[in-house]
Amino acid sequence: MSTVTPPPAWEEQVTTALLGTDRRPFPAQEPALALLDAAAVHTVRRRAGLMPAVAGELPEPAPEDGRGPLPEPARRRLAVLLADRAAPAQSGGRRGSAPDLTELLPQWLATANAHRYRAPADLLPALLDAARARTDLRPQALEFAGARGLWLARLNPEWKYALRGTSGAAALPDVQDAKAVRALWEEGLFAERVGLLGAVRAADPAAALALLSGTWATERAEDRLMFLDSLRTGLSAADEEFLEQALADRSRNVRAVAAELLSALPASAFAARMAARATSCVSPDRTGTLGGIVVEAPHECDAAMQRDGVVAKPPAGRGERSWWLGQLVESAPLSAWSPRLNGRTPQEIAALPVADGWGEELHAAWCRAAIRQGDAPWARALLGAPSVPPEAGTGTASLAERAKLLATLPDGERADWVADFVSAHGLSEAFQLLGVCVVPWSQALGRAVVDALDIARDAGSYPWSFSGVMGLAERCLDPGEADRLEILTTTPAEAEGASPGAGGYWSEAFQRLVGTLRLRAAMVRELAGEA
Amino acid sequence: MVASTVGDMNQLGVRWTADQVLALAPDAASRKAGSRLGSSGPWSDAGCDDAGALWGLCKGSGSRPYRTVVDLAGAGTASTCSCPSRKFPCKHALGLLLLWAAEDPVVRAGTEPAEWAGEWVRGRRERAEAQKEGATAEPGGAPAEKTAGPEAARRRAERRAARIEAGASELEQRLTDLLRGGLAAAEREGYGYWEETAARMVDAQAPGLAARVRELGSIPSSGPGWPVRLLEECALLHLLDGAWLGRARLPADLATTVRTRVGLPSAPAGPAVHDSWLVLAQYDQSDGKVTTRRIWLYGQGTGRTALVLSFGAAGRAPEISLPVGLAVDAEVLPHGGAGQLRATLGERFGAPHAGGALPQGGGVTQALEAYGRALREDPWLDFVPVTLGGVVPVRAPDGEGWQLVDADGRLALPVASAAVGRPGLWKLAALSGGGPVAVFGECGHGGFQPLAAWGPGSGEPIALA
Repeated sequence: MSTVTPPPAWEEQVTTALLGTDRRPFPAQEPALALLDAAAVHTVRRRAGLMPAVAGELPEPAPEDGRGPLPEPARRRLAVLLADRAAPAQSGGRRGSAPDLTELLPQWLATANAHRYRAPADLLPALLDAARARTDLRPQALEFAGARGLWLARLNPEWKYALRGTSGAAALPDVQDAKAVRALWEEGLFAERVGLLGAVRAADPAAALALLSGTWATERAEDRLMFLDSLRTGLSAADEEFLEQALADRSRNVRAVAAELLSALPASAFAARMAARATSCVSPDRTGTLGGIVVEAPHECDAAMQRDGVVAKPPAGRGERSWWLGQLVESAPLSAWSPRLNGRTPQEIAALPVADGWGEELHAAWCRAAIRQGDAPWARALLGAPSVPPEAGTGTASLAERAKLLATLPDGERADWVADFVSAHGLSEAFQLLGVCVVPWSQALGRAVVDALDIARDAGSYPWSFSGVMGLAERCLDPGEADRLEILTTTPAEAEGASPGAGGYWSEAFQRLVGTLRLRAAMVRELAGEA
Repeated sequence: MVASTVGDMNQLGVRWTADQVLALAPDAASRKAGSRLGSSGPWSDAGCDDAGALWGLCKGSGSRPYRTVVDLAGAGTASTCSCPSRKFPCKHALGLLLLWAAEDPVVRAGTEPAEWAGEWVRGRRERAEAQKEGATAEPGGAPAEKTAGPEAARRRAERRAARIEAGASELEQRLTDLLRGGLAAAEREGYGYWEETAARMVDAQAPGLAARVRELGSIPSSGPGWPVRLLEECALLHLLDGAWLGRARLPADLATTVRTRVGLPSAPAGPAVHDSWLVLAQYDQSDGKVTTRRIWLYGQGTGRTALVLSFGAAGRAPEISLPVGLAVDAEVLPHGGAGQLRATLGERFGAPHAGGALPQGGGVTQALEAYGRALREDPWLDFVPVTLGGVVPVRAPDGEGWQLVDADGRLALPVASAAVGRPGLWKLAALSGGGPVAVFGECGHGGFQPLAAWGPGSGEPIALA
């Protein structure tokens, strides 16, 4: 192309191209060709002469993470666990014989955090994605992700969750630094203040109380509720005076929480008032021959009761008097009952017959009190012997309540109780109870569960009827049991009357169990830095 | 040349990482299924020998376990399995590789293959050996069919050149018509116009031209500023057309580049380069029919960069798979053409190993200069491989895109829009933590596409693609 006149400017060329050389003249013999030539020259020249852009602001670097690096095998394992999560779920209900890796993440994270390892930077995005999808993973995942994880989460709106609640934790001052604590308490955002109060409370309950009572009068009602909740940690008689004042709070919810906290302090004046009210309603039967308990539920809910947090209006479908009774007994210290009922032990009291059908109401309230006050002897009495069928027991038939009662017992006793329960009644009602047992399960508990599974198999049912317990066993059984379980992974000859093919599915389920246990053992070894 | 046999080397020197194994998976479902099988539970009679073979029995839902064999020696990772899956590699092969990568004791090292495994491995290696001998024997006494070849091949090539010639002329005509009528009019005609033109170029046996025409078709819907981009690409296509029609007057190297750009097959031209090739990146692109795998290699001794391509038909992963972050002792055969980095992977010696030199990086200005220089040789080049020595990924001032900023905080390269929002970019941000990292990627007129990164003091590139 030998155009004598220089081609028009680029903007001109673009406009001409857009409209067409037939409509907009281009100074050349063959306008269209000349335009293409000129544009080609411009394009290559422009690309060859590209200049750097002006830089945006550099970010504040992520804080140093002083924790040590993961051992290489543990790093590889984490990559696999996170990769499993990223893939779509398996279709269908069958779980196959391979371990469910996603379910092992919580354990892996807990162990890694206990070793105080630093998260590998390149796996942080996958980790934050995993915790975004599963709220139960968040506390451990975010602890592991550490300061760099939070730094990264600020860049991506999808990881905003990481900045809620725990966001304060990263920036919290040293709880010993009274000046910094005071400054953040007075000027911080709500989430930061909740985090701060929790941290101070854990380190020095009295200091947290002082902090809270200093600004209490000026806080908003919903904030007061959250702050009050922080006092559950390290609750003691020292908090009584403050809580008594909170009973007169403008907000009903605040009053209710204050009353609940006070009821967990058996020596408080509040507890004494509740004890007096409750024991006046319940007395030993002196007239009858049964030697049981008679109940005279309250006839009114007076102002003093309401001030102590008793809710006057019952929910729909419940009688006023039983509603009031339940609240009084629930809030009264359990220590009040033995003197009231002729020095009987909790065991003996729980066994007493209750007149006029009040038994269920009274026992249910005692259960709530035992849970709230963390009273192991009462919990033991109300749970009764594990061999007694739940519906025939003393305290409560609700599995959720039973699980909570169990949680007040010492670890070993709890595991033994659940083991005996499983041995006596099988697995169909054991799921919630197993959920409160310490991981890994004790030998007695583990064997009871495995025996029960074995019995279920011999009975000819399908394994997916027990998939919940199977899943728990995979996560909670002691990995040391794997070898002992190997024998269960073989496919037995089909028994008469068994569900068709069940044997094969069971062997698959046990394979997965054994495989998962081995994997957990390997995870622990890898994180401990053992080859 | 010392042609060592596979048997006398330790192919399994460095175990792969889980990421490298999972990169073999043809899709996400296989990745998940493979991960699940990467635990010892279902496996028995598993082992590996020193020459790169892995085998094992995997219990499935049936009564008979599946027989899985993987061979890591030679070109690409090959596997076979008695399972009915048509995916390649299947989940059992992936699971077995994961077990091996994790050094799980269930895979007994240094043993002889089980009979059912050994047979397949031997067969495969004998075939590879025969192929190699065939290849070296060719220049001397070629088989009868080959002697008839050159003349016939020359005629075939002439016929094809004539068809492309006709196609290129037609395309020239269409481009000038387009410019006479205006790009705005073409936009109203929609994608069908381009699709038809692309089909004409396929008929003309010029797949390179066809692909470019299809690209043109997608520009009008690519957002603000499309007329500029469309004019640019039309002009470059016109340049390519013209170059093909006038190729007799071009220097030989440039003519080869034009032939490749038009879509004629590219072949190794130069002598083999033996080096320790660090695998910097491996990623796949799919047009729905064929998966193209691009592998960037860096010669730790020569300092050269080479691009290896591998193709896979629907549902199959491309054959060649190399572990990103490790180096492979191998011969690479460069293809001809000015400014071309494409190469064919030749013989490999020994197992992938860790460590060795990393490419020295420059600043963002040097990266753009490198691209500019490369355009002198090949004006159709969209990007060049570049290592940035120490850059910080930051949000661009417009708030939408990202930039890689020189450590002094003044100059920046925009990150290619295709990379923004992808997991790799978040990985890069995490690795950086606000500090400088070395980044390898593709730098061109569309911005910078990060493909691998490594921090100061860390030895191994981490894949971002």
